[in-house]
Amino acid sequence: MDYEALGLKAGIEIHQQLDTEEKLFCRCPTLLRETDEHTGSFFRYLRATESELGEIDRAAQEEMKLARLFCYLTYDTTCLVEYDEEPPAPLNREALAVCLTIAKMFGMTPIEQVHTMRKLVIDGSNTSGFQRTACVAVNGILPDNCRIETICLEEEAAQRVEGDTFSLDRLGIPLVEITTAPCMHTPEDVQAVAEYIGMVLRSTGRVKRGLGTIRQDINVSIRDGARVEIKGVQDLDLVAEVVRREVRRQTELLSIREELRRRNAAVDGEAADVTDLFAKTKSTILKKAPQILAVRLRGFAGLVGLEIQPERRLGSEMADYAKKCGVGGIFHTDELPAYGVTEDEVRRLRVRTGADEGDCIVLVAATRERAACAAEQVRLRAGMALEGVPEETRKMLEGGSTAYMRPLPGAARMYPETDVFPVTIDGALFESIETPDLLTDRAERFARELGLDPALARQVAFSERLPLFERALREGVRPTLAARTLLGTLRELARDGVDVNRIPDDEVVLLLQAVEAGRAGKEAIPDVLAELAASGSRVDAAIEKVAPSVTPEAIQAIIRQALAEREAFVRERGMAALGPLMGVVMKEVRGRADGKVISDLLKQELARFLAEG
Amino acid sequence: MAVIKLDTGYNIGVSRSAVEWCERPSPPAAALPVVRQDADLPELAILSTGGTIASRVDYRTGAVTSQFSASDILRAIPGLAGIARYRTRQIAGILSENMTPALWQDLARSIYEEIRKGVSGIIVTHGTDTMAYSAAAVSFMVRTPVPIVFVGAQRSADRPSSDNAMNALCSASAAAGDLGEVAVVMHATMSDDRCAIHRATRVRKMHTSRRDAFRSIGMDPIGSVEYPSLNVSLADEAVRRGAEEAALLDRINDRCGLLSFAPGMPPSVLDAFSGYSGLVLAGTGLGHVRAEWIPALSDLIEDGTTVVMTSQCLYGRVCDRVYDTGRDLLDIGVIEGEDMLPEVALVKLMWVLGHEDDPERIRYLIQTDIRGEIRRRST
Repeated sequence: MDYEALGLKAGIEIHQQLDTEEKLFCRCPTLLRETDEHTGSFFRYLRATESELGEIDRAAQEEMKLARLFCYLTYDTTCLVEYDEEPPAPLNREALAVCLTIAKMFGMTPIEQVHTMRKLVIDGSNTSGFQRTACVAVNGILPDNCRIETICLEEEAAQRVEGDTFSLDRLGIPLVEITTAPCMHTPEDVQAVAEYIGMVLRSTGRVKRGLGTIRQDINVSIRDGARVEIKGVQDLDLVAEVVRREVRRQTELLSIREELRRRNAAVDGEAADVTDLFAKTKSTILKKAPQILAVRLRGFAGLVGLEIQPERRLGSEMADYAKKCGVGGIFHTDELPAYGVTEDEVRRLRVRTGADEGDCIVLVAATRERAACAAEQVRLRAGMALEGVPEETRKMLEGGSTAYMRPLPGAARMYPETDVFPVTIDGALFESIETPDLLTDRAERFARELGLDPALARQVAFSERLPLFERALREGVRPTLAARTLLGTLRELARDGVDVNRIPDDEVVLLLQAVEAGRAGKEAIPDVLAELAASGSRVDAAIEKVAPSVTPEAIQAIIRQALAEREAFVRERGMAALGPLMGVVMKEVRGRADGKVISDLLKQELARFLAEG
Repeated sequence: MAVIKLDTGYNIGVSRSAVEWCERPSPPAAALPVVRQDADLPELAILSTGGTIASRVDYRTGAVTSQFSASDILRAIPGLAGIARYRTRQIAGILSENMTPALWQDLARSIYEEIRKGVSGIIVTHGTDTMAYSAAAVSFMVRTPVPIVFVGAQRSADRPSSDNAMNALCSASAAAGDLGEVAVVMHATMSDDRCAIHRATRVRKMHTSRRDAFRSIGMDPIGSVEYPSLNVSLADEAVRRGAEEAALLDRINDRCGLLSFAPGMPPSVLDAFSGYSGLVLAGTGLGHVRAEWIPALSDLIEDGTTVVMTSQCLYGRVCDRVYDTGRDLLDIGVIEGEDMLPEVALVKLMWVLGHEDDPERIRYLIQTDIRGEIRRRST
């Protein structure tokens, strides 16, 4: 696809959790918990409220179509602030400092006085019904003439466990939201910018790592299309694909619009009650529904079932809108007869609604109230198809296609958080913030100064274990040993099911020092680490258990025995027996001494043995 | 600092010197839906005094203040229309820490007028900080055949999670129900599952911020309202509708104080109450103040101040007959306040002194249960 010709404009919002001691507006730790560790629960209803300007946000209103009961899980690491039972504590200064550091790294201008706002979010993910957020700095620089518009400091939302149940451990963890200008013009641009921003964020060493700690929202529009915000892209590798699929969706929707206009299509007439037509249907969904309503879409035949994205049709879009009323989905004649609905039923449906072959009929089945609401939503979305692409907030589905969530929110969803005082940012303080080196610069330095292989150097620099690596070096461990252990050995052990996260950093460093001092062999590192993870013991005890060190005298004895047992072989091969013998001795010593020490001793002993011969 | 609202909705603070005024667009007038009332439903009167149940952001100060009229409450909580029809009346628009005994009187008189006009129940919206004082005051000042329900919100009405709507709905259901006394109706738990109905003279705000801050002290709540069904259940002990005739006993003597004793507090503190008609002491334990206070207290009583002893423990009954200091306090004429909450004792003392000046009559009334404020038995 020629994205430039299509007029692709894309921007991203990156949400990155910060690794602070405490949450943004309370003194709880920023600790994620297992849901079965929860200590209590409570439940609430949320209601849309007016902004300070007296408006109700359209996105919030959409969520309010259903009065929903939300359940929240509490932990011994959460408090009344997360439960919305206590006013927030002042803005966390540590989080603000990290945010300002990031802002400075992007060359941004800090806001003189930071005001915390409430962003209305009533999907249940915030107990209060709003997310606290503050704009901290503006106007940042990105490579390739791209630009960051704002950086905001926000509180993380609660994690959905399932349905309308949320876990409160995540709620309130500080995160930065970085919003770029719509300055990207190809899917690959978007991915590259996302990767770059992620790298800069990790360069601070103050951000959380791992799955779910960074999320991308992507804004996409094409010429004649509309701005669509796609939420929650967690996998960086999917960024470009999500953009490609959205461009395709908008292109398809535009061609559907052209076809509909050519056909003089229209959404007219009221929804018709067709419940009686399905009194004896084999479709279980229709049979048990208290009411079935039919919406006739004039001139829509064949287009509702048209694929606009992998696994997505115009019909899926209508279904998403209808689901806001609490229905499970819709049926439409582009896919009927099927699902237990017979050809005869479809024929009678057409007669009843006065639809001809050029029309598509959409069915919604639910309680009276929900069916009426859903039929209205279907008509609304069908009407939008005549206009082209609606402005929407969408969520990513597996694979990179997307589903409708709610209309794009307006400014009406923001109002001041009056319980938090504004924070004035001192210009001198901002000047004095020291910015860390970029990870890319650090990788180059490791290759140049430490002699690491460039690929390994980059791995080290981008690794979560970078701080541990730097510490090991400071404490006298050779770079290659540190890098191989932290990136190779630990990763392999983790792959084999060893819980390496249980090993304290201190013990890892002590182990590497023991190896450097010759108290343990390099070969014993995996076994000792596994022992540390399993038993939680100290390094010395683990070495003693897994690989008790052997004295040079003991090694000498092992070597002499090996030589004696293989006398004929050794005499025949001479010094060339060194290689095979090394294998035998190493197996015997099993990592309880360093390979180099063994090799030196073996060489000596072999020479002497041959000389004595 | 000037506060600027960006297109994104964010506010930022900028130095005034960096800002140039162009024009100030007047905020768009919000279209107000008409409040519809069902003529077949019982009529309730909503008396508004202000408070969190009806507060919103004040753009000038950025703080949350009360500025809704009672009719705004109806508009904000449409569900109320299904329970009753309403007359609304604004008594005050204040935060409840600014409440005064004079306003209690205004409130009591307005409530009495509404009862005389024949409403089926009264709802008083009130800030939570001093709600218990006002509810107790109304309890003493108004004899009522219909429910008088005080309600508020702990979490501001401008947040989607506010408890205002549920509390208001539960209070309306209670006010339309079979109750016949003054009560406080607020969240019973941290969840949106039910409200408790508390007797006005036994209720206390026991938490600064939680929704279930209001607790009945020394007794169970007199009922509850389930949510969202709004079913009301009343305990046997709750006074039922029509049990008494309407009457207004609205005299108050506000020259009364409440003093919480602390270790080492000098007797000179009592000088501040010289000339007062009454003083409630919140003493330690069974009802004590330091022995050094005895002469000064004695002087105060000699000069005509009625002194009533209550306990900082809140739970339990005062008994000044156990230890020496207690016996000395009784000797100089301190009245044991039984198991009354200190705040309720203060309100009662003001009311009693507003109606009586015979010391023996005063002592008798203070120690007699009038509106459920004293439990004859500690259970």
